[in-house]
Amino acid sequence: MSAVPRLALRGITRRYPGVVANDGVSLEVGAGEIHAILGENGAGKSTLVKIIAGAVAPDAGTIEFDGRPVASADPAAARAIGVAMVYQHFSLFDSLTVAENIALGLDRRLARGELAAAIRAAGERYGMRIDPQAHVHDLSMGERQRVEIVRALLAQPRLLILDEPTSVLTPQAAEALFATLRQLASEGVSVLFISHKLDEIRRLASRCTVMRSGRVVAVVDPRSESEQSLARLMIGGQPPQIAAHDTAPGRARLLVDGLRLSEGGEALSFEVRSGEIVGIAGISGNGQNALMALLAGERASPAASIRLDGQPVGALGPRRRRALGLRYVPEERIGHGAVPELSLVDNALLTVDRLQQRGFVRAAAAAAYAGEVVHRFDVRCAGTHARAGSLSGGNLQKYLVGREVLAEPSVLLVNQPTWGVDVGAAAAIRNSLVALRTRGCAVLVVSEEIDELFELADRLMVMAGGRLSPAVAAHGLPVDELGRWMAGRWPTAQQ
Amino acid sequence: MRLPATRLALVPRGSPSLLWTWASPLLALGLTVACGMLLFGLLGKSPWQAVSMFFVEPLASKRGVAEVLLKATPLALCAVGLSLAFRANVWNIGAEGQLIAGSIAAAAVALAGAGSGGWLVVAAIVAAAAGGMAWASVTAWLRDRFNANEILVSLMLVYVAQLLLSYVVHGPMKDPAGFGFPQSPMFDRAARLPLLLDGTRLHVGSLLALAAAAAAWLVLARSVIGFQLRVAGLAPRAARYAGFSSRRVLWTTLLVSGALAGIAGGAEVAGPMGQLTPSVSPGYGFAAIIVAFVGRLHPVGAVAASILMALFYIGGELSQSRLGMPSSLTGVYQGLLLLFLLGADTLIVNRLRLRAAAA
Repeated sequence: MSAVPRLALRGITRRYPGVVANDGVSLEVGAGEIHAILGENGAGKSTLVKIIAGAVAPDAGTIEFDGRPVASADPAAARAIGVAMVYQHFSLFDSLTVAENIALGLDRRLARGELAAAIRAAGERYGMRIDPQAHVHDLSMGERQRVEIVRALLAQPRLLILDEPTSVLTPQAAEALFATLRQLASEGVSVLFISHKLDEIRRLASRCTVMRSGRVVAVVDPRSESEQSLARLMIGGQPPQIAAHDTAPGRARLLVDGLRLSEGGEALSFEVRSGEIVGIAGISGNGQNALMALLAGERASPAASIRLDGQPVGALGPRRRRALGLRYVPEERIGHGAVPELSLVDNALLTVDRLQQRGFVRAAAAAAYAGEVVHRFDVRCAGTHARAGSLSGGNLQKYLVGREVLAEPSVLLVNQPTWGVDVGAAAAIRNSLVALRTRGCAVLVVSEEIDELFELADRLMVMAGGRLSPAVAAHGLPVDELGRWMAGRWPTAQQ
Repeated sequence: MRLPATRLALVPRGSPSLLWTWASPLLALGLTVACGMLLFGLLGKSPWQAVSMFFVEPLASKRGVAEVLLKATPLALCAVGLSLAFRANVWNIGAEGQLIAGSIAAAAVALAGAGSGGWLVVAAIVAAAAGGMAWASVTAWLRDRFNANEILVSLMLVYVAQLLLSYVVHGPMKDPAGFGFPQSPMFDRAARLPLLLDGTRLHVGSLLALAAAAAAWLVLARSVIGFQLRVAGLAPRAARYAGFSSRRVLWTTLLVSGALAGIAGGAEVAGPMGQLTPSVSPGYGFAAIIVAFVGRLHPVGAVAASILMALFYIGGELSQSRLGMPSSLTGVYQGLLLLFLLGADTLIVNRLRLRAAAA
């Protein structure tokens, strides 16, 4: 590593209303170094790379590139000095060819033939062969990512940033990507790699900055750490606060028996009983969303693989399951749990089926229901006719949780209940879940926040790689152990 | 590099502007009129004649107004149906084909029932609705069963319908006493729509269009299926979360828009034409796409926009017959209106601002 780092961040701070996304973050990446940033959802990783790429201005702090200060919040300037970014969500036009897509993303103009030759040459050199004339809609996810990376490489970057690059890749494609990244590093390109997959970071990176709640908590050499120790750094090692749960759980209301997330996937079995909260911990992207979609009825499964109060419901749609008492708060508020363009009243109609009668909307009843949710759950808004999209994240989440809780479900599924929500709203949401549990509801919570799960859950399971660990009493699982489970290594029944 | 001291910039608004949702079509209309005047000037006519031909002359007499409403009728019928479909993100581009299918079905009933008297016209209009629906159902089925793109399928079925129309007027429905012209015999009195105003061609089909708009408004504002199709268009994942059936939305919107386009075709042959000819529609089904967007995908807006579009049709004809202007003028104006509308619509979610440029 040369004396002057390729990239040096000092004291970067960025505040958003209600949250400090980056709090005095310092980071150095040397020339030819592969540097990983590890952290939970909401730890501030994405904000940080947006600041480096010039998409977001920091409130305080300095950025230096090769020892020279860089003007912030200027994406073109960042590109000009050699920063290239590969985003998690592809920004490609399906109907255009590879070459056309790449031409759109380049700052300089190249003749058509020249560009195709450059794409082929870069592809040969880095083992990322791609046909410049292929249409993007014909490409697999891995090939689309190659297009993004080749586009970044054609800009001859000196710092390549990849945001969760393997989230859409098969293991083989990920391995090929790592080979390319190692080759780039050996040629002197610095690579900044954002991930929450512990094994990848250990295989690929020579340094790892661990972030938690907007702060850097550690800078380590991941090759000399274990997955367990990395997980502990990521989630924090403080003894968790365990809420006192005095109700004894009752009979099983939600029974999952041999449910598979995909064809050939492992069969999952567990139960959630009346009067308990079961938490599913784990790093997101390990099958939690697929599991929730199956449980809520957005995807169908064999009828007997999911039972509600004994009745097989696997083949029923969401509406029929709601009629039987099962309700769901999805992870994404905008566009999934709520329609942002519609009012809070209209959004109540989405899942509160008794607001309909003989094919018509009961407008007065819907307004009353929405008003009740706003009042009881302290939703700050300009009235029930405000567009859902005009509410802050925390208030909309309170509304969505309130909408389902007010309908008194017998089983409630909640995916990331307080994701991106300010502290006050998060506490209100957790309280309403605990109160619902006390009234006898069976609650299943998926969360990436360990502290939240220890606060809420009576029993815990861990999800990793599409598999579920056995359920254990939440207070019987040390954080150390949890870290190992999150890497997919829990004791199996045979042992 | 030196930039001018200021530049125009589009700045996103926090939430869509209700004012600009409705001001945008008016701005687009103003720009279209201005462009139309310029076009007249370039062609050596007085720019004021453009305004006169398109907005004054057609409305100068009772007969003129009736002709405007007559032309607006099929446009409104098609556009109301398309508004429902487009709101649900179901892109039915083939109203023209559904209109033609409806006109063929109406003609078949009118000709088969010749001499039966009574309520033959009711049967013909019902057949027209069924014909349009059947034509649209091909699109719905292919989309549902094979996930075929409804834009392409519905559009291509327009050409199939046009060829089918050509076949029936040259073959099975050709008037034996028609001196070989490709057209059907004239329908019986009983197969014609009653007139609304004496001395004009305005018929009760216009009332059907108004009724359709009122019904569509009620459906969108108050019914569960109307709510479902709005959600399906705005947020497909939320529709899945709520458990709304995307198939139900697809079939409902295609069948309803097909039926309304079919009625538009049936009302043309059972109304002003009185027979089936190869030129049932001067592109009403396509113009209705523009009408639907100018009308903000709102049934009442569609009625207002259809009257505007009818003025374009009649103004174009007047300019051709009185001033010798090219007949393509109507199409040019339609295109300009849509172009300006799409441009003006950016103001709904953005505001224009003069900015000091970065040095």
